[in-house]
Amino acid sequence: MTGLAILATVIVIVPLIAIFGYLIYKGASSLNFAFFTKSPAPVGELGGGMANAILGSAIVLALASAIGVPIGIGGGIYLAEFGRGTKLAAAIRFTADVLNGVPSIVMGLAAYALIVVPMKHFSAYAGGVALGFMMIPTVCRTSEEMLLMVPNAIREAALGLGVPNWRSVLSITVKTASPGIITGCMLAFARVAGETAPLVFTALGNQFWSTNLNQPIAALPLQIYVYALSPYDDWHRLAWAGSLVLIVLIVFAVSLVRYVTSRGVLKGAS
Amino acid sequence: MLLCGLSIFVIVGLIAFELVVRSQLTLHKFGFAFFYQVFTDPQTNLKLFWDPVNEQFSARPFIYGTLVSSFLALLLAVPLAIGVAVFLTEMCPRVLRGPLAFLTELLAAIPSVIYGLWAVFVLVPLLRDYVNPLLVKTLGWSGLFSDDNPTGLGYVAAGVILAIMILPIISSLTREVMSTVPHSQREAVLALGATRWEMIRMGVLRNARIGIVGSVILGLGRALGETMAVAMVIGDAPEIHRSLLSNGSTMATVIANEYAEAVGDMHLSALTEIGLALFVVTIFVNALAQVLIWAVTRGTPSQVH
Amino acid sequence: MGVGIEVVNLNAWYGTNHTLQDINLNIPANHATALIGPSGCGKSTFVRCINRMHETNPIGRVTGSIKIGDLDVYKDAKPVQIRRRVGMVFQRPNPFPTMSIYDNVAAGLKLNGYTNRRSLDEIVEKSLKNSALWGEVKDDLKKKSGASLSGGQQQRLCIARALAVDPEVLLMDEPASALDPVSTSKIEDLIFQLKTQYTIVIVTHNMQQAARVAEKTGFFLNGRMVEFDSTHKIFTNPSDKRTEDYITGRFG
Repeated sequence: MTGLAILATVIVIVPLIAIFGYLIYKGASSLNFAFFTKSPAPVGELGGGMANAILGSAIVLALASAIGVPIGIGGGIYLAEFGRGTKLAAAIRFTADVLNGVPSIVMGLAAYALIVVPMKHFSAYAGGVALGFMMIPTVCRTSEEMLLMVPNAIREAALGLGVPNWRSVLSITVKTASPGIITGCMLAFARVAGETAPLVFTALGNQFWSTNLNQPIAALPLQIYVYALSPYDDWHRLAWAGSLVLIVLIVFAVSLVRYVTSRGVLKGAS
Repeated sequence: MLLCGLSIFVIVGLIAFELVVRSQLTLHKFGFAFFYQVFTDPQTNLKLFWDPVNEQFSARPFIYGTLVSSFLALLLAVPLAIGVAVFLTEMCPRVLRGPLAFLTELLAAIPSVIYGLWAVFVLVPLLRDYVNPLLVKTLGWSGLFSDDNPTGLGYVAAGVILAIMILPIISSLTREVMSTVPHSQREAVLALGATRWEMIRMGVLRNARIGIVGSVILGLGRALGETMAVAMVIGDAPEIHRSLLSNGSTMATVIANEYAEAVGDMHLSALTEIGLALFVVTIFVNALAQVLIWAVTRGTPSQVH
Repeated sequence: MGVGIEVVNLNAWYGTNHTLQDINLNIPANHATALIGPSGCGKSTFVRCINRMHETNPIGRVTGSIKIGDLDVYKDAKPVQIRRRVGMVFQRPNPFPTMSIYDNVAAGLKLNGYTNRRSLDEIVEKSLKNSALWGEVKDDLKKKSGASLSGGQQQRLCIARALAVDPEVLLMDEPASALDPVSTSKIEDLIFQLKTQYTIVIVTHNMQQAARVAEKTGFFLNGRMVEFDSTHKIFTNPSDKRTEDYITGRFG
């Protein structure tokens, strides 16, 4: 039976190694200067890169963070500092966890209805909203957890100095927990960076270089999806390369998060 | 701050509202029959489910595809995930535990589209050339594996890639639940003369089983809504076939594939209604899973230490 | 029926901590033997060496020999086999919360492959009677979970569970220390009755308890066994001054 357990572990590790291996094998060779600086060449022509997709992802993610981070942290602060123990807070927490489980495509549907329809066209805004909504529950819960880890002694010290409650909370508690909160934001960021489904009919994708927030915009995972299913070998090559870039960024973010949390997030607290 | 917290309710409410509003057309036209009706193509007299041009919509093939691919995924993932969790918690040498746990967490971080990419270029050819013919040869008698789809796409491909994707969640949650079983329970079983496996079975897994069920349901919730990777390998056919090797479609993939270029308002409404159904089902499934896991890891434990 | 236990040159370690040093003693069959001593003196470790539970700790190590009857615990058998012949009751009751009272008692039997319904019923009843719990639970055997009983009842359930597999030796590691006085005295009465059928080794902090239930007593101090003699002698006229100091409460 021990053998079976070991076998299970091996079967699990194998695809992981296979995926990473393939990404490196197929993608590394295409990671040249052109990849990072050029937009896609016309169909059938060789060369070209994914610069527009990288830029597009950056723009959409920036929009998403602008929505997701403040609201998420605000919610986390409420849950940890003001609403602790209340039924409302419990309901918010439960709903946030449930929202986390909503399929990303449904998020895309909502963003379509809320942004694309009134504006009558696809845009980077819509993509940003979809991804931003997805970030909120994650950022909220991790912020709450980090804030709860700040010892009460610190809050009491602030109160003892005669600082009114909301100020003490913001300036001291949040600052103490900030490494952890930033970590949580990075985690949420890494998660939505790879999301494709919500962008399929919000940001839509764009073959050209664009910085216009009001127009359809390319995004790295979206471009990978389109290229992977296309019949052109050259585009397949770009898809592998793009995937390698994406996975490296995500692995980097996840490892950084792990490093920070294992080293003790609240070194400043003690 | 309170406003930020309340925004979560607002968002969920908005999503529900928009989904309901935008599926009014088909909700009114078909009612509940939307989910199971069957049409007949007048020209060929064959069964038809999804005809945007003639505005005939039935969600049946997508519900079928979602259930079949998710069920397959669970079938493959659950034993493996529990096996990995048991190995990491009870048997793994301390040195390996950290790196291996990190690797399984990395699996969870890989985006869906990259899984899809790998599946299209590596998994599907593998299935097409080696696995599927083998399945047809050995299990074809069951009627579940016919050889009329030479592409390698289909329910099996979707099931396999889904299994790989939900495995890390089930595994890490199972590990978390197993770690809440008190040491004294393990000792009690050992003292009765149990072997290591009997100890794991009776002293750990048995005590953790509610939480394990919860983590499996959470994995199911993820599988139900998974879009991109499945879209790339399931073959995109709004049909129902008994053979697991045939092409199909799921609720999530049909939305992803057809929404941007929908043919008319009725089409959009039908797609949105499918999205609504998906929304409701995943909320219910995830809520159930949360309750089960919460009961084990944070609720009042039994009186035993 | 019980058998005697012969311990020769037993040494035990937790990592680099030399927890037991050169223990030698003979525990008589069908008697209750108490082991007393201050906290951390090694008596629990000693008992856990007898059924090879000590080595379940990754840094635990043992040298020397322990013989139960003719069987050398470390050389002649595997740990699983030993533990089927030696029952253990822990300091805090640990019944299986997901199993009914019946299944708790039968757990050890099922692990050993007993499947005959009727003989299981008989053995469960007999074990529960032997642990003085039958009267209180006989109507709820399969309806109530093992964890729904009171602390004292849970401990008696654990005793029944240990007795069900008909061991030759019963090890009890401070079995009543987590219980109220009424439950404690019930457990002590139990030990009094059980010792005619089993060899009992009981670790206890409570000297009065040792005096009440055991014929022989061993005094442990800092990993060594200082004195081992009849209970009466240990408590009235100990040979070693350290024993006397402990008995009279000068330390410990």
